[in-house]
Amino acid sequence: MKIEDVEKEILEEFEFFGDDWEAKYEHLIDLGKSLPLIEAQFKTEENIIQGCQSRVWLNSELKDGKMIFTADSDAIITKGMVALMIRVLSGQKPEDIVNAKMDFVDKIGLKEHLSPTRANGLVSMINRMKKEAILNIEK
Amino acid sequence: MIDIKKIREQFPILQQKVNGKPLVYFDNGATSQKPEVVIDAIGNFYKTGNSNIHRGVHTLSRLATEQFEQSRKTIATHFHIKNEQQIIFTSGTTDSINKVAQGLAKHHLKSGDEIILSTYEHHSNILPWQLWAQKNGGVLKVIPLLEDNSLDYVAFENLFSEKTKLVAITHVSNTLGLITNLQKIKELTQKYNVPFLLDGAQSAPHMRIDLNQIEPDFFVCSAHKMYGPTGAGILYLSEKWLGTLPLASTGGGTIKTVTFEKTEYAEGALRFEPGTPHIAGAIGFATAIKFMDEVGMNHLYEHESYLVNHAQKALKQIREVELYGANDHKAGVISFNVKGQHPFDVGTLLDKYGIAVRTGHHCTQPLMQCLGVQGTVRISFAVYNTIEEVDFFIEKLKKVITMLQ
Repeated sequence: MKIEDVEKEILEEFEFFGDDWEAKYEHLIDLGKSLPLIEAQFKTEENIIQGCQSRVWLNSELKDGKMIFTADSDAIITKGMVALMIRVLSGQKPEDIVNAKMDFVDKIGLKEHLSPTRANGLVSMINRMKKEAILNIEK
Repeated sequence: MIDIKKIREQFPILQQKVNGKPLVYFDNGATSQKPEVVIDAIGNFYKTGNSNIHRGVHTLSRLATEQFEQSRKTIATHFHIKNEQQIIFTSGTTDSINKVAQGLAKHHLKSGDEIILSTYEHHSNILPWQLWAQKNGGVLKVIPLLEDNSLDYVAFENLFSEKTKLVAITHVSNTLGLITNLQKIKELTQKYNVPFLLDGAQSAPHMRIDLNQIEPDFFVCSAHKMYGPTGAGILYLSEKWLGTLPLASTGGGTIKTVTFEKTEYAEGALRFEPGTPHIAGAIGFATAIKFMDEVGMNHLYEHESYLVNHAQKALKQIREVELYGANDHKAGVISFNVKGQHPFDVGTLLDKYGIAVRTGHHCTQPLMQCLGVQGTVRISFAVYNTIEEVDFFIEKLKKVITMLQ
C-alpha cells in the first residue's frame, strides 16, 4: 500500500470516533499495546530517541529496497503514536518516506503530540526515520 | 476561614476553559497564576509610571524610584526584615543562587572545600555548586533520605568537617512537598559555624517565613511562584554578607564614583543590581506579596494543607496509586505514580479533562534516582484551588487508570 493509502485508512478509522476523545485515546492505547515489540537486541542506547519524559527506541533496516522499522516506547500513548508512524512508513521505499508529509496526525486530531513542547520524542522519531531513509537512498 | 470564591474571582485566567473543560490548575509548583491586582500594577506602571530609576531628576523618574524602593520595603517587611537593603532584586531563584555561588567562589571557597546539599535539591541548587566544584577541586556532600523520604539529620551532622564552607538547602522539596527541619539546620550550622543558604522557591508561596528568626546567611525565592510576574525574584543577604559578598557581575547603577583606574561601589542592595532592573517586575512582586498578606499566610497555609490532606487521603484509597513522601506536614505538593503506568500517559489524559499537572523528573533527577523512578505525577496547590477541584481530579484519575489498563 502507498503511504497516502495507509494515511487514508487511518483517517477513516479515526473518523469513526468523531469528537469522542476518550474513545480516540482508548484506541490509541490499544494500538500501543498491539505494537510488535522491537527485538531486545535492538533496544540499545544507540537506538534510543531521548525525549524529556517518554523514551522511544527505533530500529531500521533496508529489505528488498524498502525500509523496515520496529520500535517501542515506555509510555503507552507515545507507543500508540509510534505504532501509527510505523504503520505509515514501515515497508515503504526510502524516497517515499523522505517526501511523506505526515499531516494525517493533524487530521485525526492528535497534532498536540507533534508539538515541540511535548516531551515525548515523537518529532525526533520522525526526523530519525527520514534521516535513515535518506542514508539508504544514497546507498 | 477565607472565601475561596471571592479569591478565585480575582484570577482572570481561572475563568477560562481548556480542551472545552473548566481549567483545573494544579501546576502551581511550576508557576502560579496572577491576580488582577498584580496584572494591573504591572500594566499601570507602563501606562502611567514608566521611567528609569535612581538617576533622573524629573518627576516620573522620582516616582518610579519611590515605587521601586517601596516594593523593596514591602518585601522586606513580609519576610520580617527591618533593613530593606538586605533584599536584592534578581531575575529569580536561579539567578540569586548563581550570584551567591559566583560571589563566594571569588574569595570564600577554596580548592578542597566542601559544600553540603540535600537529596531534595532542584537542579538550580546543584549546578552552580557543581560548576564551582569541578573548576576548583571542590567537593559536594549530600544529605541522604530516610525510609519515609525525610532528610537524615544524623547523617547530615556527620557530613560536617573543617572544610565545610556552606550548607545550601531547600526549605521545601519541589517534588515531594516535604518541609525541611529549619530548627535542625540552624542548630547544626551554628554549631559548626558554617553559613547557610535557604532556597525558598517552594516554601515562600505557601507559608509564613520569618528571616529574622531563621537567620539564614542567604535566602532566595521567585516572584512567579508567589502570584507575581516571571523574571523577578530576590536574594536576601544577612548583614555580614551585604557588605562582604563579592560581586558576580557589575555595571551601571552599582557605583558611587568611577574613574578609569578605580571604582567606589555603592552601599547596600544597589551594589548587587547592575544595569536597569526589572522595575515593573519588582512592583508586581510587591503587589503579589500584598495580595498574599491580605489573605494571610497562615490562612493560606491552612487552606492548602486542607487540600493536601484531602487529596492524599483520597489517593491512598486508590489501589493502583503509589504516593511518595506522604506526610501531613507538607507545603502544597503531592507526588505519585499509577503503578505500571508512565507518568507522561497519566498527565496527558488528565490534561484532556482540563486538569493541569506536572509530570517528569521536576528538575530533581538525583531525587528520582533515590526514589527509583523515572518520574512522577505532581499536583501542587495554590490558594485559589478548591475541594471540588480535588474531588473532580480524583474522579478523573480513576477514569484515567481504567483507560490505561
